[in-house]
Amino acid sequence: MCGIAGVIYRDGARDVGRDMTLMLQSMKHRGPDSTGYALYGPVTDLVVMRFKLADANDRRDFEFMERLRRSQREVEARLVELGAEIADVERETEYAFRLAFRFEGDLKSVADYVEDVPNCEVLSLGRSLEIVKDLGDAESVATQYHLDDFVGTHAIGHVRMATESDVDISGAHPYWAYPFSDVAVVHNGQLTNYWQWKRRLERSGHRFQSMCDSEIIAVYLAEKMSGGASLEDAMHDSLDDLDGVFTYIAVSADALGVAKDEMAAKPLVLYEGDDLVALASEEIAIRAIIDREIETYDPYEREVLVWQR
Amino acid sequence: MATVGVTYDARGLAEPDAEAPRIAEIDGEKAVFDAKGLSTRQINLELRRLLYEAGVTDVTVLNPGAKHSLGVGILTRCRITFGGSLGYFGLGLIDGPEVHVKGRVGWSACENMMSGVVVIDSNAGSLTGAAIRGGDLVVKGRVGARTGIDQKGGTIIVLGDAGSMTGFMMQRGRMILCGDVGAGLGDSMYDGTIYVAGKVKSLGIDCVPGEWTDVDTELVERKFRIYGLGAPPELQKFVCGKQLYNYDSLEPAERKLVI
Repeated sequence: MCGIAGVIYRDGARDVGRDMTLMLQSMKHRGPDSTGYALYGPVTDLVVMRFKLADANDRRDFEFMERLRRSQREVEARLVELGAEIADVERETEYAFRLAFRFEGDLKSVADYVEDVPNCEVLSLGRSLEIVKDLGDAESVATQYHLDDFVGTHAIGHVRMATESDVDISGAHPYWAYPFSDVAVVHNGQLTNYWQWKRRLERSGHRFQSMCDSEIIAVYLAEKMSGGASLEDAMHDSLDDLDGVFTYIAVSADALGVAKDEMAAKPLVLYEGDDLVALASEEIAIRAIIDREIETYDPYEREVLVWQR
Repeated sequence: MATVGVTYDARGLAEPDAEAPRIAEIDGEKAVFDAKGLSTRQINLELRRLLYEAGVTDVTVLNPGAKHSLGVGILTRCRITFGGSLGYFGLGLIDGPEVHVKGRVGWSACENMMSGVVVIDSNAGSLTGAAIRGGDLVVKGRVGARTGIDQKGGTIIVLGDAGSMTGFMMQRGRMILCGDVGAGLGDSMYDGTIYVAGKVKSLGIDCVPGEWTDVDTELVERKFRIYGLGAPPELQKFVCGKQLYNYDSLEPAERKLVI
């Protein structure tokens, strides 16, 4: 089933981590396997990389911690080798890290070189975007990663009921639109031309970290935007190119958009206020952050709606 | 705002030990209670206690908070007012109540409604009035896709726009749609009547324009009068062409050639 949510504030930064936790926790029944966030803080001159070196449910053998330490050192060494100046390193869990650094070069080369370290997966890379995802419900992930303190301008989130691939962090949403920095996607539905697009995009040089069909949307948008398309144009194109049932929310450093397939088969409820836009698979998620009667509606089939910050 | 904590048993059933919170203020045959902070099961248990045990016939539920499955399975003549929006599957399987929702409803509102009246002040999600068998359902805003899917009776009135596949596999009853309608109107319908005031993006398979009669005028004017909706707009009528299902002895492959 899965549940998706998004919020964008029209009046500056707020406690977006806390709000997204409230939205996602209220939809826990739609997906208890994993929870993920794509959070947008103020744009800085630092590049923030979220990455993991293992999974929550990986086997802990005697070498586990030592292997993680070795891999972490290797990641940092490779960044320095590429010319990055590391400003800050935070170890969020045993296996998940947040690393901020100064860098002016090609971010794709950073992602590719870092992911060459065994078991390393870059979850997000950008000057505003930070993707956090792990197993469990929103409250447990938010507590683990201290997300209640995250202040930002917009965010999307996802609660997952795994149907297409494993229950692990790689299969959790959101997906970063590798290698396009600061773009991420959450999706509810199933794509039926997954393999066709996966082969096509791999031939164009993209990499995939999971066997989850939803990852296609993120990489598809990245491919389109790399060619000069706007987020909105890329989303419009996706309605013809992607086959299956889907409602997805895509987000960039300054915009948030939603697209629905031609059957309107997957739900989405939308609230547009003067102070914020909030959208979710269920209205109960919007009510979790807005404590008053509001007017909401369902977008129709083949609709693409984008809000600029 | 904290979310309501819900407990589950080993089989995954929600709140197996929940009881009616007994918080309603009762004044004769009328009662009102605030649903804020209550779980879905607590709200429904309180509602049923008032209607089936306390002799109340008119209940107002404040702050329903878009929770799912509220007011389901009420099988008695009564009035219920929800002071805000409902989530998914609200008012399903009801038989008799007059319900006023002062807000919006989510997907599948009034599914399998048998009789009664439901008036929704704002918008409704997809699958509104799915498989209803009787009663009147009035939505003053817009509705999502597949409204009246598998409708078997009753009347659905929508003052705003409607999404795609409205009236899909409709079998009986009437739908009055005052706004524009999405693609595939009345697709694969067996019977029933659909009235549309706005633009129709496309007709579904076997949905065809119908001939307007005095009976149609009387029905539409009466329904608008009952619910205080003003003068009805000019409407087009659509019915089943009766070429698709069970109206001939053709084999499925032959039927495709005919249509």
